[in-house]
Amino acid sequence: MAYTKRFDGRKFDETRDIKAEVGIIPNADGSAMFAFGDTVAVAAVYGPKIMHPQHSQDPKKGTLRVTYDMLSFSVPERKKPGPSRRSQEISKVTEWALSPVVNLDEFPNTVVDVHIMIFQANASTRCAGINAAAIALAHAGVPMSDLVSSVSVGKMDETIVVDVIKEEEDYEEGEGATDIATAFTSNSGKLTLLQLDGKISPKKLDEAVEKARDACKKIYELQKKTLKEAKE
Amino acid sequence: MLAKKFMSFRKKHLRRQKNKMMISNLTKKRVHDYLLEGKREGRGLLDYREIEIELGVSKNAEGSARVKVGKTEVVAGVKLDVTEPYTDHEDEGTLITTLELLPLSSPRFEAGPPKIEAIEIARIVDREVRESKFIDFKKLCIKKGEKVWGIFLDIFSINDDGNLLDAAGIAAVAALRNAKMPKYDEKEDKVEYGELTNKGMPLNKETPIILTFHKIGNKIFIDPGQEEEKASEGRISFGFLDGNINACQKGNDAPLKLEELSEILETAEKKAEEMTEKIDKAIEKALKARENRK
Amino acid sequence: MSEEREKVIPGEILETGEDWLPGEGTRRDGKNIVASRFGLKEIQNRLVKIIPLSGVYIPRRGNLVIGVVTDINFSGWNMDINAPYTSFLPLAECPRFFNKEDLAEYFDIGDMVVCKVKAVKRKGVDLSLKSIGLGKIEDGMIVYINSNKVPRVIGKEGSMIKIIKDATKCDIVVGQNGVVWIKGKTAENEMLAKETILFITGKSYLSGLTEKVQEFLSKKFGEKK
Repeated sequence: MAYTKRFDGRKFDETRDIKAEVGIIPNADGSAMFAFGDTVAVAAVYGPKIMHPQHSQDPKKGTLRVTYDMLSFSVPERKKPGPSRRSQEISKVTEWALSPVVNLDEFPNTVVDVHIMIFQANASTRCAGINAAAIALAHAGVPMSDLVSSVSVGKMDETIVVDVIKEEEDYEEGEGATDIATAFTSNSGKLTLLQLDGKISPKKLDEAVEKARDACKKIYELQKKTLKEAKE
Repeated sequence: MLAKKFMSFRKKHLRRQKNKMMISNLTKKRVHDYLLEGKREGRGLLDYREIEIELGVSKNAEGSARVKVGKTEVVAGVKLDVTEPYTDHEDEGTLITTLELLPLSSPRFEAGPPKIEAIEIARIVDREVRESKFIDFKKLCIKKGEKVWGIFLDIFSINDDGNLLDAAGIAAVAALRNAKMPKYDEKEDKVEYGELTNKGMPLNKETPIILTFHKIGNKIFIDPGQEEEKASEGRISFGFLDGNINACQKGNDAPLKLEELSEILETAEKKAEEMTEKIDKAIEKALKARENRK
Repeated sequence: MSEEREKVIPGEILETGEDWLPGEGTRRDGKNIVASRFGLKEIQNRLVKIIPLSGVYIPRRGNLVIGVVTDINFSGWNMDINAPYTSFLPLAECPRFFNKEDLAEYFDIGDMVVCKVKAVKRKGVDLSLKSIGLGKIEDGMIVYINSNKVPRVIGKEGSMIKIIKDATKCDIVVGQNGVVWIKGKTAENEMLAKETILFITGKSYLSGLTEKVQEFLSKKFGEKK
């Protein structure tokens, strides 16, 4: 049976309700929350600051360092506290997704730490994390050429959908579910994150990425609005 | 008058001075002198900052709470699982309490496994919850010797502005009060996460609380902010339930005179009653708010 | 102008056209002047620049800063001036009467010192004590603010800080690195000066700030009676 109606009734190219807030962690230099419906991510930025240990320093420019993790109770089956291999991988691809827009040439030997925590998970957590991190980096006054916007797309049997939820991830009818995470530089639309697992033809992947790019435009508008309305 | 205005002023401005520099002798001295004179911005030496409690903040948890004490913020979550009991407590449920001091909550926390600061807080909270008999572990028995409910109580710091221990204690209790038992399919031996029953956890109707007293010179104060905590010379924490002390921990290295201990104990008894009432009210308010949100 | 300045985000197009010049915090991208960081858009004739609202303190030569001594070696003091650079105050940049045998006697670890930025090099910041009014801070209180708000706290030609000094009868030194030192006759006066400064930093994007600050101060004094 083809996937003709989404589990939560959304249109195929519709994201869940998106929400964002800035400045939620007073100690951080920049911080933000971003949510796709039930998936809630919080990001805090500290830096630029002198990097320790010294041997990790880059004498030419500052380093962007990202850590992604989930609260143990953010998922139905408790996740033991502490970073897993999955968290470490997501930390790295998130760093690659954000670094093209971050400019740390004027800050040699420093590090900008981005800490992402998932408070509540219903799939697309790394995408929510990237959106929150981009807002937090701007909020922290880190020099950037653009923001980064991120969304997941999926192929449910043969249907392309935007902003995948857990139920869709677990879909097994027909060709099953292919889960694709994407991120784009917000204005120039360049791809900075692409990961997928499932089964998809190159042509359909192209189509899916286009749909993701379109969905990111709306996400960018919210990121922009949130920063402009920041109280300080 | 002036103090009251300070308090309302504080509420309006979320983002305030942040000090990431090494604390100076001057600031230590200033905090020290102020406290010695009994001065504090907007409150007395034995006053807590404003406490805010929000329940059910994370849907996948069986129970969760977000607690703010001033600008210090922590979240706690309860996850339940069906597991084997310990051999020396065959008819009792189990409890594991963890605490992580997240790097996102302060520039002084590094990524990595919990260090002694986090371990100590987790163990003190665990001790108070256990020794106060807040949880009726026998009621968490499903089949003696074979199956019991295991509680995971995980606490995370979100913003550190001092006194994480007391805040963690409140969050732990609030999350437990918010928790509902999930459905358990006994035949399949499977917990249906996401399907909560209406049954709460078997808890004491009295609420445990952890109060930490700090010392600087000969002055005793509670609920320090970040700078006050750095200037504190010694601390002692008490866990209370219904007027009795179930747990105690003296920390940092300043020795305590016996007269000082007596003075603290006298204050602690009154303070515990006052704060327990405050927290019970806040939890009740949060429970109602949770109901209205549904 | 009485409107609030517009907040802009990185990547946002500020102005279009060859006539415009990219100032601090902006860059040229084809025909457009684009923001390179988050802040307030400011136009001065043909120059488009960003007034930052956030971000670390970037030391500049000549800046007056207040730092904390973190370490002492045989030739000077390592300082923390709240900037992502190592900073050093060499003995050579101190008054001649300083005895090189007793470095810790002058400034010990944890002491706060008012100094000037002599040079900003790739390897770090060089500080100096060779100017009037510099030296160790013995008493008073410290307020930490975002270094980007310092111009507002000082005001045009020092007008804003003068209002606070006069009203609270406090000595105030505002370090460009966001560290502010206040010394008053009473703790209450010092606290009032602190609250006023924090009031300003919470409202730095509003125009008519001077009037608002005077209003704030008279309200506070009115309450005291």
